Amino acid sequence: MKNLLVTRAIILVSMTVVALSLTSCGGSGGTGGGTDSTSSKSDEALIGAGSSFDNPLFSKLFSEYDKANSVRVNYQSVGSGAGISQLTNKTVDFGASDAPMNGKQDSAISAPALHIPVTAGAVVLSYNMPEIKDTLMLTPTVLAEIFLGKITKWDDPKIAAINKGVKFPSTSILISHRSDGSGTSNIFTTYLAKVSDEWNSKVGKGSSVNWPVGLGNKGNEGVAGLIKQTPGAIGYIELAYAVQNNMAFAKVQNKSGNYITPSIASVTAAANINIPADSKVSLTNTDATDGYPISGFSWVLIYKEQKYNDRSLDRATKLVKLVSWMIHDGQQYSSALNYAPLSANAVSVGDAILKSATYDGKPILQ
Amino acid sequence: MDAPVDKGMVGSGAETAEMNLLRTANAPSIVSAVSRLKKSYRQIRTESIFKRALVIMGLAMVVLVLGILFTLVVESIPSIKALGFKFLWGKTWDPVQDIYGAYPFLLGTLLTSFIALIISVPFSFAVAVFLGEYYPKGWFSDLLKNTVELIAAVPSVIYGFWGLAVLVPTVRSFESKVGIQPIGVGIFTSSLILAVMIIPYAASLGRSMIQMVPSHLKEGAYSLGATRWEVIRSVIFPYTKSGLFAGILLSLGRALGETMAVTMVIGNTSIIPKSIFAPGNTMASVIANEFTEADKPVYVSALIELGLVLFLVTVVINVIGKKIISRFTNE
Repeated sequence: MKNLLVTRAIILVSMTVVALSLTSCGGSGGTGGGTDSTSSKSDEALIGAGSSFDNPLFSKLFSEYDKANSVRVNYQSVGSGAGISQLTNKTVDFGASDAPMNGKQDSAISAPALHIPVTAGAVVLSYNMPEIKDTLMLTPTVLAEIFLGKITKWDDPKIAAINKGVKFPSTSILISHRSDGSGTSNIFTTYLAKVSDEWNSKVGKGSSVNWPVGLGNKGNEGVAGLIKQTPGAIGYIELAYAVQNNMAFAKVQNKSGNYITPSIASVTAAANINIPADSKVSLTNTDATDGYPISGFSWVLIYKEQKYNDRSLDRATKLVKLVSWMIHDGQQYSSALNYAPLSANAVSVGDAILKSATYDGKPILQ
Repeated sequence: MDAPVDKGMVGSGAETAEMNLLRTANAPSIVSAVSRLKKSYRQIRTESIFKRALVIMGLAMVVLVLGILFTLVVESIPSIKALGFKFLWGKTWDPVQDIYGAYPFLLGTLLTSFIALIISVPFSFAVAVFLGEYYPKGWFSDLLKNTVELIAAVPSVIYGFWGLAVLVPTVRSFESKVGIQPIGVGIFTSSLILAVMIIPYAASLGRSMIQMVPSHLKEGAYSLGATRWEVIRSVIFPYTKSGLFAGILLSLGRALGETMAVTMVIGNTSIIPKSIFAPGNTMASVIANEFTEADKPVYVSALIELGLVLFLVTVVINVIGKKIISRFTNE
């Protein structure tokens, strides 16, 4: 009898303990788990995580770097947000993000993180109207009104006014936007928020917003798929994706009044502006006269003070040298993959930021 | 003087029996008796270990489900604190202003699942009756049975691709003929795909239930002059009511949780659908889409709370279903 009672008590206690331990594996448990992965011996690979936009470029860069310097780099394309949280939890050496860290992420991270721009991309407006032969031209106001749902048909006079001589069909406009959170959405909505007060107050900017009209689709492929299938559709996708899939995209009028065709050259030109010392700048609605207005940097994020979790000086030096190579010699691989090389301004700002990375208070790069 | 030997009882009398056997000094029988004793001990131990192992594995399942529930609740607390119960009937999902309302997704999930169920039930019942009653054996029955089970084996992502490539253009041309805005994606399309995906569950369970109807009941009805349809209606269906309903419940559970196929064809708009052809969104597809890029703690917590709501909706529907089944079997 007593044995039975004891057995039952033991079962109950162990059940509770197991149930509680299963629940404590929440977000807070993650910090405890990963403290050792970046502090290991210096001959192990460097680890990075973040933006999926950068993934094709990084695959090429890291394999070339390994060939030249025998340093392996593992990159996980998990999305900018996940990359930042992994950096916050110190489970990776560097993160990669299409947007600078926002206020909430800044307060969650324990030490300051440096943002080094490594490449730039453009968001293009792709459309499906086989009837018109010339490239569609769009102004910021008309673009915002289309995405706000105020212009609903292609033969609206406001569109005809900027595309003189083009005969538009009377199909309804179908908007295709992203359903998943993404850096592409971030760049696009930041641009719309800058050029349209109504967009700024009604919708705002971010990786995920409450779109007033349109259908959501997963990934660049989803948006492009819907555009290709639906006559009268318009949506925003990455330049690299549009070029590789031969999709028609629009010219957009920039701040200086010129209609710019999105291309690698016009994105690099967009980055030819005054870049602040911390490089946290949005290239949207750029001041550059021949820059494409819907462009954005992609940043690599590292901790400013590299001595944490018993990281070695060797590992920190390897990391800083890797990022330095990415913004100098690594830029030669960008154009072939449809990424825009950094402008000279961006490279010099990146250099200055890298020089401020320290190990135990002393700068790593001399 | 020999003390009486315990007649085959193991336990407290065993040692006395052993000593008595030694006194009779018959070596082979001692050895065999002792080994018989050890074997009996082993059998008892094996029995109790086996039972204990079963109990532990069963408890492990319970602990796992409770653990999941605890995790969901604990991680949703920041969102519950920020939004309160308005979450359940809030109509806006705005990550920029941190306003989260689950109502459009709740509606989308329930609409797609129930419409899919309504569309699939005639098909699964038809297959169940066909395989259970008309062709219980034979090559055609095997073919049909394996094909229906294959429907369940196809990964849901493939259904999504098929939907996007084949079903959406078909629905779009249908919509333009009927005069609705020809989008193609929407609640209707995702209900169609879900209906196809959930047919096997009710069909398989229904078929085994129908095959288990005792033949003397059916033969009695036939001998009284009943036609096939009358036998099915008056003998088989009343007998298998609870099993068929359990199959429907299984299908519904699958439809509620389906993520990948739905997210590709539902249109992903966070607005309350105005008609069955309008685009919408479901809880599972919102979580799948937005979780990796959720960059604010309240946002992540709101998504987890959405998962908690989905979990609870599934539990509630299962409980209601079980009550209905027990009501049927008691009548």
